[in-house]
Amino acid sequence: MTWHPNKVAQRGRYASVALIVLFAALVGRFFSMQVLQHAQYVLQSDKNRLNEVPIPAPRGMIYDRNREIIAENVPGYTVSILAPRADSLRAVLARVGRFVLITPQESAAVVRRHRDAINRPTVLFSDAPFSVVSSLEEHRVDFPGLIIQSTPKRHYPDSTIVGSVVGYTSEISESELADTAYRGYKSGQQIGKEGLEAQYESVLRGAEGSRFVEVDATQRVVRDAGVRAELAPVPGPELVTNIDIRLQRFVANLFADSLIGGVVALEPSTGKVLALYSAPSYDPNRFIGGVSHEYYDKLMKDPRAPMYNKAIRGQYAPGSTWKLATAVIALEQGVVKLDETMPQRCDGGYQLGNRRFRCWEHTGVHGFQTLRGAIATSCDVYFYQLGLRLTLSNLVAGGRKLLFGDRTGIDLPAENRPIFPPMNLADAPAKRDSVMRAYYNRTFGRGNWSASAEALNVAIGQGANSQTVVSLARFYSALATDGEASRPHIVGDSAERTRVFTLTDEQLTYLRKAMVSVTQGGGTAAASAIQGVEFAGKTGTAQTVDPTHDHGWFVGFAPASDPKIVVAVLLEFGQHGPRAARIAKSIVEFYLKQAVTAPQVDG
Amino acid sequence: MQRARPTTDWQLIGIACVLSVFGLLMVYSAGQVERTQAFEHLWRKQLVWIVAGVTGAYLVSRASQRFLEWVAVPAYVLALVLLTALLIKGVGTGGAGSAKSTQSWLTVAGYRIGQPSEFAKVAVVMMLAKVVSTWREAADSLRDLWKPIVVVGIPWALIILQHDLGTSMVLVGIFFAMLYWGGVSWTLLLLLASPAISLILAFSTGIWGAWFLILLAIIVWAPKRPYVVEGVVIVFANVVMGVVAPVLWNKIQPYQRDRLLSFINPAFDPKNAGYHLLQSQVAIGSGGWAGKGFTLGTQKRLLFLPEQHTDFIFTVIGEELGFIGITLALAILCVLLLRTVRIAMRSLDPFSGLVAFGLAAAWCVHIAVNVGMTVGLMPITGIPLPFFSYGGSFMLVCWIAVGILVRISASGRGRADMLAI
Repeated sequence: MTWHPNKVAQRGRYASVALIVLFAALVGRFFSMQVLQHAQYVLQSDKNRLNEVPIPAPRGMIYDRNREIIAENVPGYTVSILAPRADSLRAVLARVGRFVLITPQESAAVVRRHRDAINRPTVLFSDAPFSVVSSLEEHRVDFPGLIIQSTPKRHYPDSTIVGSVVGYTSEISESELADTAYRGYKSGQQIGKEGLEAQYESVLRGAEGSRFVEVDATQRVVRDAGVRAELAPVPGPELVTNIDIRLQRFVANLFADSLIGGVVALEPSTGKVLALYSAPSYDPNRFIGGVSHEYYDKLMKDPRAPMYNKAIRGQYAPGSTWKLATAVIALEQGVVKLDETMPQRCDGGYQLGNRRFRCWEHTGVHGFQTLRGAIATSCDVYFYQLGLRLTLSNLVAGGRKLLFGDRTGIDLPAENRPIFPPMNLADAPAKRDSVMRAYYNRTFGRGNWSASAEALNVAIGQGANSQTVVSLARFYSALATDGEASRPHIVGDSAERTRVFTLTDEQLTYLRKAMVSVTQGGGTAAASAIQGVEFAGKTGTAQTVDPTHDHGWFVGFAPASDPKIVVAVLLEFGQHGPRAARIAKSIVEFYLKQAVTAPQVDG
Repeated sequence: MQRARPTTDWQLIGIACVLSVFGLLMVYSAGQVERTQAFEHLWRKQLVWIVAGVTGAYLVSRASQRFLEWVAVPAYVLALVLLTALLIKGVGTGGAGSAKSTQSWLTVAGYRIGQPSEFAKVAVVMMLAKVVSTWREAADSLRDLWKPIVVVGIPWALIILQHDLGTSMVLVGIFFAMLYWGGVSWTLLLLLASPAISLILAFSTGIWGAWFLILLAIIVWAPKRPYVVEGVVIVFANVVMGVVAPVLWNKIQPYQRDRLLSFINPAFDPKNAGYHLLQSQVAIGSGGWAGKGFTLGTQKRLLFLPEQHTDFIFTVIGEELGFIGITLALAILCVLLLRTVRIAMRSLDPFSGLVAFGLAAAWCVHIAVNVGMTVGLMPITGIPLPFFSYGGSFMLVCWIAVGILVRISASGRGRADMLAI
């Protein structure tokens, strides 16, 4: 009797209970997900639909001392793509390629950026021209995940004139991303690469903002604005430099296209850099948004090395400009009296043992010279004898004391250390000597050099001694003041002054007068006198491998009694000191004239 | 005994109407997405199908009880013919609709007529009811069950050949539920299901061993223990499923495994199944108490959900109406099933009771599998949710089932649930 009504009813009751249990279990499951784990799922749902788009911060403006603009931001467009996977990115790239030219290299770079930061929109063009933007905007529906964003881009109104000081910005490279110094940077971001842009990157960058776009499952941007409150970027603070942009322009014009070399102009009392130029220069604007291959190739293949900063990186034998260092060392040690002549007169050369060291003036008109005359005429024979009196170890120790072995510490990246024989001044004299001798043995080979012959060379700025332009500028700013010099700096107020040497006022005045006579009748730069201003300085000719292509130096300051500017000029190849002196003269003249006519911001 | 004039079961009709309207609203909402999709206006078609379904239900409810009994055999034969026809190339096609990429569509000259498997469910219920209702005493051995096994087994095999795991699960549910209603003992049903249980438990030797010992105990000592031969067959089948199958499974190549799983269940997609399930869970979980608001679900709008208007329609409820909406929907569905069971209890004859209970079982499997799938309790199979999922054939069949139930209910109405004897 399987169909007895009571049996059927019992089955129905069991079934009903089973149904209620089943549905209660389902409701329980939904309760656990929708109520207990609600927050976690909301997070995932938001992560699905919201995509963070960074808003680049405008970099800090860079001004000169008179608040003229050196680096500014102008409106530009960034085109980027949101892609969940590399293959979808490639598909979009292929479609974009139908409207806009994308080289295989560019496309490879885009894929690399995507790999490095998969959750950020991948930058396709960091500085897209308007034609590209309008063409893409027109076909927007074909490109899911396309984000066109107006982005501030860097612009340098003075282009090549400021290239060697300010550097440029460009996309962070893969090796920089791996570098701990760039912790927190993301692929596709722009960073300062050279000059001030690199030096003050942490200041100038500001803080990136972000906004959110709503995307669908295919990463297509569905809603662009107002999805969630956006975080505004914090612009980088402005950077006011000590550069005098008018002087900088003037310097750049002096070099024009034909000359090669470097210039550093300092304010001697403070160490503030007024101008810094390396010729030939490059146009930093062409690096913004990615440098073209042709331009970069051209720069790299140029034998004049435009990307090599000759003011802070180039190492040149200081030549006769170093004679002031020899003089300072001799006076400090008291081995020579002012107005004392050397025992041997200059007859165009000096005999040391069986070797004759020539004076640059072969005719022998120098005769017996005092220190002042020897500086004015740059007599080598006088300084040969001074060097012998000092001995090589004293010259090297003195040179190191004058900081010729150290970087100046100018606030620019990649300054080169001058080449100078090593010696630790804290060591005992015997130890110092052995370190120096070991160095010479290493450099020239044991027995291939003699201390006396090398003393002669060092005394006139040759030998194992190569200086940067900025290093000589710093030494001369000590000469221009009271023997103290501060670190040359482009940004900031006067840095702490350190004592470089100690001379009496009488000795200092004497040396300055000697340097003034360089630009006066009978001096090596007699043609470079400035009307009404005492222009002190020293020419130099640095011998190179090719004797017909020497480097020309001039380092000087003016006015001699109250120096306002120190300028160091180096002209590469085929140039002589007097030519550099004429450039230095123009720079000083321009600066002093302008300083008189135009009121300076800092008293 | 007082026989009341047949009356209409307005409660059942009311529940079905509420569910259909609720479902229609959700199909409308599912079409509201950020980018224009083909399914944007499907709610209009769904409305047409509801009207057609109600009409069909009315016609069926006017039929006589004898006609329903008579029509079981022709309907069953027709179902078998249609299911077989699907296997002929060009007649059965897959594609859009609930059971994606199965060959479940009957196509004539390129036009899709419908999904015979939906119709087959009702036909199998009626045919099985016809067979089981002839029992005077409940079957108590496997041999006695050969007729029900054949009645369900043939369409089940045809449906498995169409790679339609969902419908095959529904048939299994109908089979066990109706045997239970026919009075078959728990032990026998358990023994019948034991090979499948062995297969599921085979992943762990220890658990399978424990199960196997319980099985042996039932076979040897249970009050309604099977005949010796049957006992041996059951033990053998369990050993094959629990020991041999896993060994074979481990021996075949991974791609062959995937192919086999995909054959049984096309929705099995090792790459995307996890993703779809996750997105469904995220949608439901992010709904919270009250949901994101009607038509405002972000997971749905931004197309993170798969099959949102068919298989995953319940996920849309969870996201937009929250726990409150889910509880409401489940409560109404539960009331529908309880009402149907009540109709089975009150029916005047075994055939009617069996049909009603079979239909309840079919709906119940649909609901449990579909809802369970959206929260990861069940494998993802293309199986629609009654009255909610978009789909013409299924909506029509559901309303015809309502019509049948109204007819059955009318004759049993007013009768006491239990007789005092």
